[in-house]
Amino acid sequence: MSDRAEFSLQPTRQLRRRNLLNRFVEVVMLGAALAAVAVLVLVVWAVISRGYSALSWDFFTKGPSTNFLGTTGGIANAIVGTIVIITIATIISLPIGILVAIYTSEFAHGRVRRLLSFVLDILNGLPSIVLGIFIFGLVVISHQQSAYAGGLALAILMLPLIARSTQEVLALVPETLREASFALGVSRWRTVVGLIIPASFGGIITGGTLAIARAAGETAPLLFTCALTTTQVSWDPGQALQSIPLTIFQDLENPDPALHAQAWAAALVLLTFVLVISILSKAALARSRRKLTR
Amino acid sequence: MNQDTIDAVAPIEVVQRESTPITHRETVFDIRGLSVYYGDTVAVSDVNLEIYRNMVTALIGPSGCGKSTFIRCLNRMNDLIPSARIDGEILYHGQNMYGSGVDPASVRRWIGMVFQKPNPFPKSIYDNVAWGPRTLGMRKGLDERVERALTQAALWDEVKGRLKRSALALSGGQQQRLCIARALAVEPEVVLLDEPASALDPIATSSIEDLIHELKREYTIVIVTHNMQQAARVADMTAFFSLDVHEDGSRNGILVEYDVTQKIFTQPADSRTEGYVTGRFG
Repeated sequence: MSDRAEFSLQPTRQLRRRNLLNRFVEVVMLGAALAAVAVLVLVVWAVISRGYSALSWDFFTKGPSTNFLGTTGGIANAIVGTIVIITIATIISLPIGILVAIYTSEFAHGRVRRLLSFVLDILNGLPSIVLGIFIFGLVVISHQQSAYAGGLALAILMLPLIARSTQEVLALVPETLREASFALGVSRWRTVVGLIIPASFGGIITGGTLAIARAAGETAPLLFTCALTTTQVSWDPGQALQSIPLTIFQDLENPDPALHAQAWAAALVLLTFVLVISILSKAALARSRRKLTR
Repeated sequence: MNQDTIDAVAPIEVVQRESTPITHRETVFDIRGLSVYYGDTVAVSDVNLEIYRNMVTALIGPSGCGKSTFIRCLNRMNDLIPSARIDGEILYHGQNMYGSGVDPASVRRWIGMVFQKPNPFPKSIYDNVAWGPRTLGMRKGLDERVERALTQAALWDEVKGRLKRSALALSGGQQQRLCIARALAVEPEVVLLDEPASALDPIATSSIEDLIHELKREYTIVIVTHNMQQAARVADMTAFFSLDVHEDGSRNGILVEYDVTQKIFTQPADSRTEGYVTGRFG
């Protein structure tokens, strides 16, 4: 009878203690995870609750009011400006970023490949204000502030994002597909153009749109390059155009509470734009990933 | 007349061992003193082998003995691995395949390959088969070419109604036959099969084996397999590779014996071959 205790299925004291500790750590980690979610919810909630009231038809269609005592007008000039600046930045950075990624992933070997990836990481880590001052020194001093200058600064910001995300998508294309194509006597370039890029197209576009979302919210690169703006709604990239992040910055610096409300509303517009793009592109990426694996 | 004994299996057993001049068999690959290195390690050393036209040559042996490394030299797929390097030479119809001025892509255009895991492109069935001919400029009569390749790969009847559907929806065995069709579509001379049935169930495997029997009429086939029964069933010639273990513990693949399949499985000349085929080792 006495040796039956040796086969007891009840936890020992030591095991009970470990189980307790296990439970405790799990709860702490869950708490950390919830905190991350809570931050997002709080930010979204704060922006919606404060910005919602200032949204109106005029807000989207009119420039800021020049009447000192009248209504505050809208941010149409900033919306148009952001569209123009981001379009310029995308036209510059998207092809270069994709080509850099294709070169590093499909053509370069060993050291060149590692070096290029390293350079892209450094470029990605550059403070955005440094990019702003760089373009200021390079372009603005000799010419003037313009949407071109702002777009160029943002393009430098987007380039490593696009290149890195494209590299990741290209890495998802199984090596066996490249082998299959090479084994038919097809050259590397034809394989890349006809097979690898079509197979990863969705993912490449996803990386591009996420970079756009990121650049749309950047303020620092625009401060010295595209900030001396008028209140007119303009599509002319040769002059400095207002942008949504800059509007938020300037409105909040103003003591007028109506402009504060407008800043929150502009933040809401920006937030909505970024959230929608992020969710859509994640869905597109998931779809292209399924296409590759199934 | 010795030349009359072309008949596939039995009467040609003399040829290898007695090193009688092989007059009735046309040599496609003549491999001389081939060694393959990955960086500093030797994967296979000093392989001498002739591979004959319209025959199935099987490469068998235990894991890690360099069968796959060897077969990947025959269409220069090892060039894709930066650290790989070879010694010795491979003559393809008398031309040095690794000679200067030889383009690996044009080597692979004549010497197709099918891999261990089916690897169809994420495209339609039709586009999978048409991909090679299209990119190599064989656009004339593409539909007929695709049909012919799929028919040769014994897949046409199963897929003719759904050529525009995704190839990824096919079963594993169908995918592998599609990969064979894709390789045949550019009309190669040689088809290299690297364990083509190892990821397939027995029924799909047997259909691939039937296919190999059919294909050797038109193509020269080299197949790596770790399945000895499969080698015995499909191959005319069999090469047994094994591992040579050195005193310092390093090991590399070697070719132990190469002969008519029946000979390898019934009267091997080397005791290591006998040990392997009778299941005492490997």
